[in-house]
Amino acid sequence: MATSPDLVPTPAQTPADPLLDVRDLHVEFRTRDGVAKAVNGVNYTVHAGETLAVLGESGSGKSVTAQAIMGILDTPPGFVTRGQVLFQGRDLLTMSAEERRKVRGARIAMIFQDALSALNPVLTVGEQLGEMFRVHRGASRKEARAKAIELMDRVRIPAARDRVRDYPHQFSGGMRQRVMIAMAMALEPDLIIADEPTTALDVTVQAQVMDLLAELQREFTMGLILITHDLGVVADVADKIAVMYAGRIVETAPVHDIYRAPAHPYTRGLLRSIPRLDRKGRELYAIKGLPPSLLHIPPGCPFHPRCAQARGRELCRSDLPALLPVVGGRASACHFWKETLGDDNAAADRAGA
Amino acid sequence: MPDAQDPLEPVDPHQAVAPAGGYGGGFDLAAADAQILEGPAGRAQDGGPLAKPRSLWSDAWHDLRRNPIFIVSALIILFLLFIVIWPQAITTQDPLKANLAMSQAGPSAGHPFGFDNQGRDVYTRVVYGARASVSVGLCATIGVVLAGSALGALAGYFGGWWDAVLSRISDIFFGIPVILGGLVFLSVVTNSTIWPVVGFMVLLGWPQVARIARGSVITARQNDYVLAARALGAGDSRLLLRHIAPNAVAPVIVVGTIALGTYIALEATLSYLGVGLRPPTVSWGIDISDASNQIRNAPHMLLWPAGALSLTVLAFIMLGDAVRDALDPKLR
Repeated sequence: MATSPDLVPTPAQTPADPLLDVRDLHVEFRTRDGVAKAVNGVNYTVHAGETLAVLGESGSGKSVTAQAIMGILDTPPGFVTRGQVLFQGRDLLTMSAEERRKVRGARIAMIFQDALSALNPVLTVGEQLGEMFRVHRGASRKEARAKAIELMDRVRIPAARDRVRDYPHQFSGGMRQRVMIAMAMALEPDLIIADEPTTALDVTVQAQVMDLLAELQREFTMGLILITHDLGVVADVADKIAVMYAGRIVETAPVHDIYRAPAHPYTRGLLRSIPRLDRKGRELYAIKGLPPSLLHIPPGCPFHPRCAQARGRELCRSDLPALLPVVGGRASACHFWKETLGDDNAAADRAGA
Repeated sequence: MPDAQDPLEPVDPHQAVAPAGGYGGGFDLAAADAQILEGPAGRAQDGGPLAKPRSLWSDAWHDLRRNPIFIVSALIILFLLFIVIWPQAITTQDPLKANLAMSQAGPSAGHPFGFDNQGRDVYTRVVYGARASVSVGLCATIGVVLAGSALGALAGYFGGWWDAVLSRISDIFFGIPVILGGLVFLSVVTNSTIWPVVGFMVLLGWPQVARIARGSVITARQNDYVLAARALGAGDSRLLLRHIAPNAVAPVIVVGTIALGTYIALEATLSYLGVGLRPPTVSWGIDISDASNQIRNAPHMLLWPAGALSLTVLAFIMLGDAVRDALDPKLR
C-alpha cells in the first residue's frame, strides 16, 4: 500500500497534530457470497476546526469508513482487518468496548442522513436530547430537560420550551435535522461525522442546515467530516476533499483546486455530470458503466473499465496506482494524472510546472 | 363512552399565538425564516386537529375506545375481575358446603343454578370457580410473557450462538404436545395449589412469545435510531430497554392477550383430565368433569360452568383481537 500523503493543513491555523488520523484502514464484510472489500486502505486526517468532505457514489466505502471510525460497524459481517484510527493520538481500534462507548457521543458524534428514521419514534425529542446528558453526565431528569431546551434554542428551533415535549414525527424535515444536530452537539464533541446530513432535505432547507452546521463548527472549533455525494454542498463549507472509489481514496485536494482542475479521471467525471445552467439543452455527461462489485474489484486500477483515459492501456489494467502527491498539496491515484490535469486548459500551466 | 367528541375540542394555543419562548441566541434572520417556513403552520399540519403529542399508546387507546368488541369484552372481564376479588358480593354461600339431600336437584329459590352431585350450590361454585380460572390464566400469561420476551429479546439482540441455542431449545418445547405433556408432568404432582399448573404452562408457553419477541427485536434493532443511539454512546442495556423494547413490545402484548384466553381453556382441560387443579380448589374444569357423566340426569351441572368458561375465554380472545387491531393495524 502507498504511504499516505498527509494533506496540507488548511489556511486556518491548526495545531501540528491532527485531531483524527486514519491510517491504512481496511474493512471487509464477510457475506455468504464471499468477502466484500468495502474499504481498502483509506488514509485521511482532520484537524480541529477543519472540514473534510468525503465524496463518492453509494458503495464507495465512505459511510463504512465513518462507521468504522465510530465503532458502530455491524460485526459480523463487518470487520476492520487492518489499520489505525488515531483520535487525539490514541488508537480507537485498540480501546476496550467501554472506553470506546464513552468516546462516542461525548468526543466524536455522528449526524445521520434521515433524521426521521434516526430519531426514536416513541420518545419525545426532549427525552432523546436529554438522554445524552443522562448517559454521559448522569444528569437528573430535570437538568436533562433544561439542557434539551437550551440545545433546541441553540439550533434555533422556534418555541423550544413547548416543542421539547413533541415527538419526532411532529417536526418538519429541516427541524428534525436540527434536532439531530443538537443531539450531536450536545456534549460539545471534538469531532462530528455528518453522513449525508442534507440529502433527505429540500434545497432551501439544505442551505439553512449546512449554514447552521458550519456556524456551530466555527463556534466550537470542531473537526467535521462531511460525507456526501453532493458536490454542490461541499463547495461552500469544506476545506479539503477526499474522493473515494471502490473503497480507496482516489484524489485529495484543497476544495477549490478540485473544482478548477481535477487530477483523477473519476473526479473529472463526477464534476462533468453536474447539471449546469449554461449547458442547458445539451445531453448531461454520465460516467459509463457501474461501480465495481466489492466482491470482485477489477485488477489494476479499479476505475479502469469505466475510465475515459485508460483507453485499454496495459498499465491501468495491471498496476494499482498509489495515491501519490501531485501538485499544490494534492494527491491523485492515477497513473496518468498529468494527462488528466493537462487536458484541462485552465490548469495546463500549473500541471506542466 | 365519556368524551367521545374530544378530538374536535382541544385548540392548540400555538396555532393562534406566536411562540412565547425566546430564541436563545437572539433573534436573527435565519430563525425568522425558519419560523415562517416551519413554525406554527408546520405544526398545525403535523398535529392535525389533535395537536397534542400522540404516541402509539394513546393512539391505540383512541382506537380501542371506539371498538364495540373491546367495550363488550372489557365489561365482561371487569365483571369477572370483580367477582374474582370479591365473590361474596354476589353470593353468600360456601362453595364447599355439601348437602347430600339436595344432590342433583334443579333450580330453586336462592339456588338459581341448582345443586351438583354432592349437593353443593352450582351458582356459588360457578362464581368461585372464576377465581381459579382467571388467576391461572393471568399468572401463566405474566410468566410466559416475562420469560418469553426476556429470552427472545436477548436472542434477537445479541444473535450468534445464544440465538442458535435458544431457538433449538424453543423448537424442542414446541414439539411437546400440550395434553400429553400435562398428563406426564402434572400427574406426578401432588400439590393442590395453582402453581404446578401455572409452571407447566409457562414451561410450554414461553417459546411462542420468545419467537415473537425475537422477531420484533430483530426488526427494531435494524432501525437507524438504534444505530444513532449507539453512535451517541448508549450501551447495550440502554439500547435494548429504552430504544428497542418500546418499539418491539406491541406484538408481544397482542400475543399475550390472546394467549390468556387459551390458558384459561387449557386450565379447564387439564382439570377435566384430573391433572390440573385438584379439589378442594373450586374450578370450572373440575365441575365440568364431575358433571360430564351425569349429563342425562342433571344437565344444569354441566351447562353453567361450561357456559361461564366459554364466556370467559371468548371475552379474553375478543379483547386480544381488539388490542391487536389497535396496536398493529397491518394485521387487520
